[in-house]
Amino acid sequence: MGAKRRRFRGGATGGTRRVRLLELAHARSGDKGDTANVGLIALRPEYYPLLVREVTAARVAAHFGGVIRGDVVRFELPNLNALNFLLHGALGGGGTLSLKTDAQGKVFSTALLRMEIDVPEALDVE
Amino acid sequence: MTGVARKNGPRIVRIASGQGFWGDWLEAPIRQVEGGPIDYLMMDYLAEVTMSIMQKQRTRDPAMGYARDFVPLMERLLPAVAERGVRVVSNAGGVNPQACAAGVLEVAASLGLADAVRVGVVSGDDILDRLDALIAAGHHLTNMDTGEPLETVRDRIQSANVYLGAWPVVEALARGANVVVTGRVTDTGLTLGPMIHEFGWAADDWDRIAAGTVAGHINECGAQSTGGNCLVDWETIPDLADPGYPIVEAHPDGTFVVTKHPGTGGRVSVASVSEQLLYEMGDPANYITPDCVVDFTSIRLEQAGPDRVAVAGVRGRPATDFLKVSISYHYGYKAVGTLVYAWPDAYRKAQRADQILRERLRRLDLVFEEILTEYVGVNATHGPMAGEPDPDIAEVQLRIGVRSRDVGPVRRFTRELAPLILNGPPSSTGFAAGRPKVEEIVAYWPALIPKSEITPSVEILTAGGGK
Repeated sequence: MGAKRRRFRGGATGGTRRVRLLELAHARSGDKGDTANVGLIALRPEYYPLLVREVTAARVAAHFGGVIRGDVVRFELPNLNALNFLLHGALGGGGTLSLKTDAQGKVFSTALLRMEIDVPEALDVE
Repeated sequence: MTGVARKNGPRIVRIASGQGFWGDWLEAPIRQVEGGPIDYLMMDYLAEVTMSIMQKQRTRDPAMGYARDFVPLMERLLPAVAERGVRVVSNAGGVNPQACAAGVLEVAASLGLADAVRVGVVSGDDILDRLDALIAAGHHLTNMDTGEPLETVRDRIQSANVYLGAWPVVEALARGANVVVTGRVTDTGLTLGPMIHEFGWAADDWDRIAAGTVAGHINECGAQSTGGNCLVDWETIPDLADPGYPIVEAHPDGTFVVTKHPGTGGRVSVASVSEQLLYEMGDPANYITPDCVVDFTSIRLEQAGPDRVAVAGVRGRPATDFLKVSISYHYGYKAVGTLVYAWPDAYRKAQRADQILRERLRRLDLVFEEILTEYVGVNATHGPMAGEPDPDIAEVQLRIGVRSRDVGPVRRFTRELAPLILNGPPSSTGFAAGRPKVEEIVAYWPALIPKSEITPSVEILTAGGGK
């Protein structure tokens, strides 16, 4: 990710290390009513299987714990090396009802990129 | 005729995006017609909330109810329409496309271009006056999100518009319109319509209809597919002071290239297009429009050159028998107020001010459906995921919002922030904008209606009168 290179080795154990999704993916999010969608796209094709394995609907739900009231559904788009998440009950009522700064879920994208996942120690991360 | 080969030679049709929403960059459509050859300029103005705003404007003045800035914009664009054959397709008509069209014709006449402009008006989407009859006929217009029947909010409805697809746009173009002004036509239909018209695609040629729909999805948010709001290497994206908006170079077989005019800023890459493809996406295998169902998992993207992304492989399936209805209704009121607290202890001061304010609201017996407190600089965008702030943080903005069915409590709330500057925790500032505004909440009610109930209407208007 250009100027924002950083490595997180805090969780390194036996051949794996922890990396922020920011190092592996980019994302865009938006709204549909009270549901936020987050599209998560691998920065390189070889990262996509790691995203599929590690960034499960359950982990995303836990990551957004306290922020969303509903469940999380995941869809796979291998053609774009991407996952799409629907986060229900995410926007304080959604649309015009919401009192939130991010009433339209625009920055749920970067919130997801804060998540850390385990990757092989040998993985080449930019 | 532009420099684009059309009836002979390689059939490429260039459809440029000029507005991604009502309020988008006013220079974008001008640059699209001046920056190089294009055949069509599409401009999307409508969001869910927009229709109710326009409906209110129309209630106050029957000549209103459309995107008013479209008409002065057309004053700048009509020379290109008249002289170079660029055709404009826009849903700027809102809830009053006829009035919008009249405005365009008036401007055409004032420019001496009356003979050169034929405005196609697409309507038939507005079903506000038909709601009782539709309900009586057994269409409950159940809320797609909550399952409630429309009767629950019947007396508070402000607008009701069906999403029409590309076909009425195709009819307007076939009847010679060079400016098409529509009511609630889908964002994607504004790009797909010209493609169907130019290539003669059949209504059940699902893969091509789907391909044109994907092109529409890439065009509908303006520069969001050409480097705007793009996270990847964002600091190196060139000249965002003059971003090139997307141009779809469409081929008869349904493949197309996304690009932008040479010399403009921004970036067209697989990354920028992928981000836009996923924007506001539900189930990617079932992207439902009035025209077809698209499978977004079939799309193949390839960098075909600098600022050129080729799109191929799109698969589609038959359209459903329903159209979506966007209904808006009066819900209640809200207000949001802010105060800024400075170092030292900025965050703790803001938190204390929040406690004090809530206690005062309680003692006034004000009842709210929700009170939401956010601390800008600490948690307003990422909530608890952002972690604890730096204890030495320079400033924190306290941001409190309230919502109620009744206007009274909200109005009183707006009086309760300013006193905190003098009678609350120290070092607050930033109240120059004054008391928060009370806003009416118009809520959105999505529903479905059988296609058989809806007949789109297309009229062709010229300065000499209707036809």
